[in-house]
This record gives sequence, C-alpha cells and structure tokens, in this order.
Amino acid sequence: MSVLELAGPLLFKGAEWDFGTIQRMHEAIERIAVGDLGLDVYPNQIEVISSEQMLDAYSSVGMPLFYRHWSFGKHFARNEAMYRAGARGLAYEIVINSNPCIAYIMEENTATMQALVIAHAAFGHNHFFRNNYLFRQWTDADGILDYLAFAKNYISSCEERYGEDAVEQLLDAAHALMSHGVHRYPRPRAPDLRSEERRGRERRAEEEKMFNDLWRTVPGKSPSSVDPTAEEKRRALLQLPQENILYFMEKSAPRLAPWQREILRIVRHIAQYFYPQTQTKLMNEGCATYCHYKIMQALHEEGSINDGAWLEFVHSHTNVVAQPDFDHPHYSSINPYALGYAMMEDIARIAETPTAEDREWFPDIAGRGNAMALLRDIWANYRDESFVSQFLSPHLMRRFRMFAVHDDAEATELKVSAIHDERGYRRIRRALAAHYDIASQVADIQVVDVDLAGDRKLVLHHRTMNKVLLAEADARQVLQHLADLWGYDVVLREIDPADEAVLKEHAATPRLGRLINPA
Amino acid sequence: MTTMYIVDRRLNPGGKSLANRQRFMRRAKSLIRQAVHEASATRGIKDADQGGEVSLPAHSVHEPGFHRAAQGGIRDHLLPGNKKYAEGDTIPRPQGGAGGKGSQGSPDGDGEDEFRFALSRDEFVDLFLEDLELPDLAKRRVVQTESVSWHRAGYAISGSPSNLALLRTVRNGLSRRIALKRPRPAEIALLHAEIAALRETKEKPERLEELLIELHRQQRRALAIPYIDTVDVRYRRFEARPKPVAQAVMFCLMDVSGSMTEHMKDLAKRFYALLYLFLGRRYKNVDLVFIRHTHEASEVDEDTFFHSPETGGTVVSTALEEMRRVMAERYRPADWNIYAAQASDGDNTASDNEKTVELLIRDILPVCQYYAYLEVGREGEHFPPGFMRRESDLWQAYQTISDAGAPLAMRKVNHRRDIYPVFRELFQRRPEGATAT
Repeated sequence: MSVLELAGPLLFKGAEWDFGTIQRMHEAIERIAVGDLGLDVYPNQIEVISSEQMLDAYSSVGMPLFYRHWSFGKHFARNEAMYRAGARGLAYEIVINSNPCIAYIMEENTATMQALVIAHAAFGHNHFFRNNYLFRQWTDADGILDYLAFAKNYISSCEERYGEDAVEQLLDAAHALMSHGVHRYPRPRAPDLRSEERRGRERRAEEEKMFNDLWRTVPGKSPSSVDPTAEEKRRALLQLPQENILYFMEKSAPRLAPWQREILRIVRHIAQYFYPQTQTKLMNEGCATYCHYKIMQALHEEGSINDGAWLEFVHSHTNVVAQPDFDHPHYSSINPYALGYAMMEDIARIAETPTAEDREWFPDIAGRGNAMALLRDIWANYRDESFVSQFLSPHLMRRFRMFAVHDDAEATELKVSAIHDERGYRRIRRALAAHYDIASQVADIQVVDVDLAGDRKLVLHHRTMNKVLLAEADARQVLQHLADLWGYDVVLREIDPADEAVLKEHAATPRLGRLINPA
Repeated sequence: MTTMYIVDRRLNPGGKSLANRQRFMRRAKSLIRQAVHEASATRGIKDADQGGEVSLPAHSVHEPGFHRAAQGGIRDHLLPGNKKYAEGDTIPRPQGGAGGKGSQGSPDGDGEDEFRFALSRDEFVDLFLEDLELPDLAKRRVVQTESVSWHRAGYAISGSPSNLALLRTVRNGLSRRIALKRPRPAEIALLHAEIAALRETKEKPERLEELLIELHRQQRRALAIPYIDTVDVRYRRFEARPKPVAQAVMFCLMDVSGSMTEHMKDLAKRFYALLYLFLGRRYKNVDLVFIRHTHEASEVDEDTFFHSPETGGTVVSTALEEMRRVMAERYRPADWNIYAAQASDGDNTASDNEKTVELLIRDILPVCQYYAYLEVGREGEHFPPGFMRRESDLWQAYQTISDAGAPLAMRKVNHRRDIYPVFRELFQRRPEGATAT
C-alpha cells in the first residue's frame, strides 16, 4: 500500500470529504472519462443533499421541482416509513436527464462512494442521456427544468382559480392514463417544449387567415346521401386509431375546459419525457456501471485512490451487480445492473479477445478491437430490446444459466421451453428480447372509434397479447376516469388479434359534475 | 475540461413535500382517523401522544392504471440460475405465484394489502382529539390566541430614555470614576483650602508649588474623566413572555381500598392519562393533584397513587375534603380551571353517602369546570340484556345530583377499549349551554 501511496497524489484518504475533494475527484474522473473512455457528456452540476431531501426527490420522481399532488405525498410517506424502519436504504444518487446534468449525491456517502457516484451518474448516465437516440428523439434536456417550473406554476394557478379539488380530480384521471399518454412512434414534429406555445399561436393565426366564407356556398354532396367512406374520413380526421389516449382526450374530448386540456398536456409531456427510460433501463445501467468500473480501475492503477478505497468500491460494485438465482429468496427479476454490466464487459471481450464461438455468432464485431468505440456506438443506437437481440452471447447465457419457461394458463404444468444449450440459444435470446419489448410491458390499448354526430360513445380496443387480459379492478377504475374526461359513455373491448374475437368488454358512464359540469 | 458546479442543497428549507403530504392526509382523512382510533385502542396510553405508524387499507389510496393481469393467458418467462432443468421438462405450477416467477413484488409495493406510514406526534394527537371539546369552555373564555406579558429581564445597554436604569447607571459611573481615580469635589476643595492657607502664611513655598501642580493635575483629570460616561448608561430590559392565558388543575381522586383490583386501577390510570393529554392541549399549564383515599385521604405523588398498596375501609367524603383543602391552599377557583376525575368501584360506607353528596353540591361542583365520575368494573363483567346490574351505593347517590342538573358526568367502564368511547362521549362537542351529563 505504501508503494501505491507514493505513486501518485491521493485524491482522498479515509471516508471524509469536502467540496475541494469533490472538485478534485470530478477533475480526475473527467480526465479518464473524456480522455480515455471518450465519453461525451453534458456539463455537470453536482448537488449535495441530505437523506430527507433524497426522500423528497424520490416522491417527485427524482425531479428537483414538480407540481403538487396527493400521490407524491403518499409515496413520500411510504418511503419514509420504510426508510425509518430500516427496511429500505436510499439510493446513493439520483441523476436527471437535463442540461446541465444534475446529479444528487448524499451527504452520508463516504469519499469512495462519492467517487463511485460521480463516475456512475455524472459520467455514465450523463453520456447515455446525451447520446442514446431515444433520449435525443424524445426528450429535451435543455428545456425540461424550465418546463417543469412552468407546469408547477400553471397547475398551482389552476388550483387557485378552479379549486384544489377540481385540479386533483383531473390529475387523478390524467395519472391513471399516464402509461397510455405517450407517442410510441416518431412523428414529424420535433419535441421542443419551449416553442410549444408559440406554435399553437401561429396555428390559430394561420387558420384565421385561411378562413374564407365562400367555401361554405360551394355546392357539395347532399348530406343525406350515405357516403361509405364517411366513417373512414371521420376516423382520419380524428387521427384514429390513436394509441396516445391522453393526447386524444386533450385534442378531442368535447367538453373539457381549456385549462383542463393544458394540464392533460403537461402530464402527457412528462410521461413522454420518461418514456425512453423504461426502454433503456438495462443499457443505461449497464453503461453507467461499466463506466464507473473502468474509471475506478483507472484511478486505482494511477494511484489516485488507495487499496482501502478500492476494496470498498469493489465490495459495493459486487453487491450492485449480483444476480440471485430464480429460486433464491431475494430473486425478483433479472437485475439490469448485473446483466447490463455483464453484457458490456462481454462485448468488450468479444471485440478484443474473441473465441471461435464468438466469431461465428458475431462476425461483425469479433476481434475488431477498440472496444470503447464499439460500446459508444452501441450505447448511442440501441434500446434494450434490440440490444439484447443483437448482442446477448451464448457465453453469457451459459454464465447466467438462463432458461425459458412456457406458462399456459390452460395447462396444468409449466414447461421448460429452452435452456442454455446449442438448441436453445436463439430462443432464449428471443424470449429475453421480447421481455424488454415495450409491447410486452405496456398493454396495447387504442382509441378506435367515436361517433361525434351520434351518441358520442368512445370505443377503445385492447389488442391482447397471448390472451392476457387487463387487470379488471384497475381497468374499471381507469375507464371511469376516462369516461369522466370524455363526458359520454366509454366502452373498452379486449380483442384477440388472431380472430378479432371480443374476449371481454368493459363500459363506463361519466360521473357528471366531477370533471365536467352537467350541460 | 468542462465547468462543473457543486451546489450545497442541504441548507435549503426542508419539508419540500409537505404540501403533497397535506394533500394526501386530506384525501385519506377519514381513513387515517379510523386508523388512529384503532391504533390508540391497542397501544399503551403513555404512548398515546407519541405519533407513530398507522396502516390504511391499500385499495383506499390506490392509483389505478391499465396493466395486464397477473394471471391467465400464455406467458414466457426467462429466468437465471438453471440447475437441473433440460428442455422439455415440466414443472408443477407454483401455488399462488405467477408461473414460476417466485415472489414478484411490484417495485412500488402496490401488491401490499396495507399501506403503512408514520404520523408525527402532532398529527396523531390532533386527529386523536380532533372532535373533542371541553364542556363549559365559554365560562373562562379560553381562547387559543396567546397574550404576552412583559417581565423585567436584567439590563441592556440600549433602550428608550424612559427605561433608563438610573441607579445602575450611576453605580457604573461611580465604579468607573473610582477605578480611574477621578478626584472628588471634596478633594479639590481641600487642595484649594490648603493652597489658600499657604499663600496667606507664605510658609513652605516649595509645598505651595507642589500643591499648585497637584491641583492643576487633578482639575485636568476631572475634566478628562466625565461624571457619567455613555459606557455607564444602562436601561431596564423587558422580555415578552407568553402569559398563561389559562391554567388548569386536574384532581385525580381514586379509591385505593382492597376492593380495587389492579385492572380497575389500570382503567382509571388510562382515563387520567387521556384527560391529562387533553388538558395539555388546551392549557399552557396543567397541574396534577393525586388524592387517594380509603377511609382516610391524602395527597400523594403519582407513583404512590398508582402503585402503593393500601388497606382500609372506604369513605369517599374524606377525599373530597382533602380536595377542598388543597384547593383552598393552592388553587383558588378564580385563577384556575378546576377539573376533577374520580375513579372508584362504587363502594362507599353507607353512612357517608349523605355527606359526600353534600360536599359535592356545596363545595366542589360549584367551582369545578367539570367533574367526572368513572365507575370501573371487573374485566369481562357483562350483563345480558334484561339483567340490570345492581347500581352501587355511590352511583345511586351521584345519580341524584346528576339528575338535578349539576355538571357531573358519570360512566361505567369494564375494559380499556371502553375508555376512549366513554371519554369521547363525556367531552363531545355539545351545543352552547347544554350541560355534561
């Protein structure tokens, strides 16, 4: 140890740290992250917080400011109770996809942990946020904090003007539909939150300019003649089918007030902001974990941290990347840190020292060298599903001893459909990739039709996957919220896409006087 | 190198999520109140004002969302850690679990049956006592607004001229003058006299010279050192202290004769504790007086009151006499709100009843805000409908007073879960002017 201590100036000794230490750590880590690993990051803003503030951050989905709603109070109360009871520790850090990238670090952490957290969050996650195509496509890191400030002020001004109850009921409904308030596919519109309002103004001005009363007098088809394409036209006009239910409500619900539409829009924008995170959990954590390991290793090798700090780091790192077996009492699911880190390491291995098997499975990358450039390219251009289906190697499947189980509710027993052997590799990879597919995580529910000229009943379809229906009690409650927003009857049909058979039907009638006043 | 900022957020005001918490509490208020009442029935009364965890039924604060059911349909699971399975093996369906996935708790714990969270002490007690109100509060007009009174609190070096502490200022000046050796006028007069005498006699010219120099020195000193300097000035300092807008004394009277079992004493103790807690919320200052009695009564401390065994007969009037004595000595009804709670198993020497009633009517009840009589019974002592318990001697005697409309509340309690409802009933908000019965 004494040799190492002589080798270079230590960044810190022992567990204590101060702002100077953090500054030096950040400089040393940045040198390695940007210089050696070639990471490309937003400027960092590191915020030191207390455990209570960490709990605060938990309850507002990690954001530094957020509008008010009882559900955040509920989450805070539960997290606090669990934390106090010792049932749950707190995260060492929270990092926000913004520019500058905000990383919270807890004051209780030791110096080693702070170094780990800065390497993990302020460089690993930061690089991923800045470069991954999903984040670039769907989120606006420059505008998010301003937008949240706007949202908070707007909602609190609505509370003042229309009453806390009215806003709360609207937010309840919006939150219930939040999982179905995102656009899944890119549309020709860039999500620039700052220009939202300006664009709306311009649109209205353009409509006014284009208005010409003469068009009304042009003789057309008599409205009485039944046009077989009328239904088609109507659906096209309403952009149906529409999977973004919140968007549809905001644009088309007939009886909402303008402020209610604006709040739906706020909730929808926030849902959209978080949308990439659910699709890149595995890669994001894998990237951050791989980076922190490489950085800490480099710090240790150059003598910037001593053996004690290195051992403390390794202990913590090992805990993070542990994957319990399926029959272990602590097993809950595949640990994204464990699999993500293992895959990054494995890809680096394939690029630099491939085996014959790797050459056969990954002819494009095996032995091409320069693992960091390859990884940076992968981090930028894949999401969990495509990442697994491209890069999960037989070597890793064997290491994790993966197996697939087929569970048909109509059969009495479960069947092992594939294991980590020559016959099973591709099927296992497919099954795991499907698990990360957004379609398997979120039910496919779409607004399919509404007769605006008739009874205005809104029709939704849930296109089931593998005959799995919606959880009924929840579906009924959400549908009630939806009917309250829509203002007329709503029906949800669960459809088997194989034969278009209706498996189940739910219906709801609006409770007038809640979100919408009786006409 | 990019720029990096470190921001220390630890000093930011805390309680950022307080507004959210209040919204949550408001939304779940009736449920939380219910949970608090249940919790206070089971926990020890000493902990009643400690705050703590309560649990609500999870569905009551559930946030719904569209998601797939945990059961049914066809699913493919991918699991790590295969030990013995080969392709094509079958596994018996695990009980209750979703297809071999083990215990898959949802990440935010929505699968739980109960929602547990902690209430602070204030929140707990507020809910606990929320719908209670002391009777006859109008009498003393006890309001929540605090008045302050000014008390002398030492001296200050600044203040308004009217508060000048003359004595202290002059004294400071005097010590300073002594310390700096400022000549007193008498000393200068003495010098003048001596000089005049020497000039007249024309003796000792060198002594005259000396004296003149000395006089000159002393006069300069007297000019340089002021009689009162600004450093001497002191002002009387006053401090605002919250005035005890109301103070209350609570008399706990208890029969400790052999017929009172530990269980009965425990019931009585819980009642007193609750009453004390309640009064503590309403008054800045609550005194407790413990009077125990057998055939004779004495004022004792709390520990003796509850734990020291005693034998003897039962004469209730002795306790009332003792109470009257203590009141006369220390708690004048004009200055104190007087509350009394008497616990007994109902026994009394038959000949004493008349005296007891008279004492109550003449001396005690007129000065009491409230007098509660709690008759404690044995645990599990229940009487089937139709079988009336024989009313105890004391009960019958008090019944006559109560019937006459005096502010005397009487209840019977057998189990500690009965305490709270009884307490509630005794102190319920009631229309203005109505009396406690």
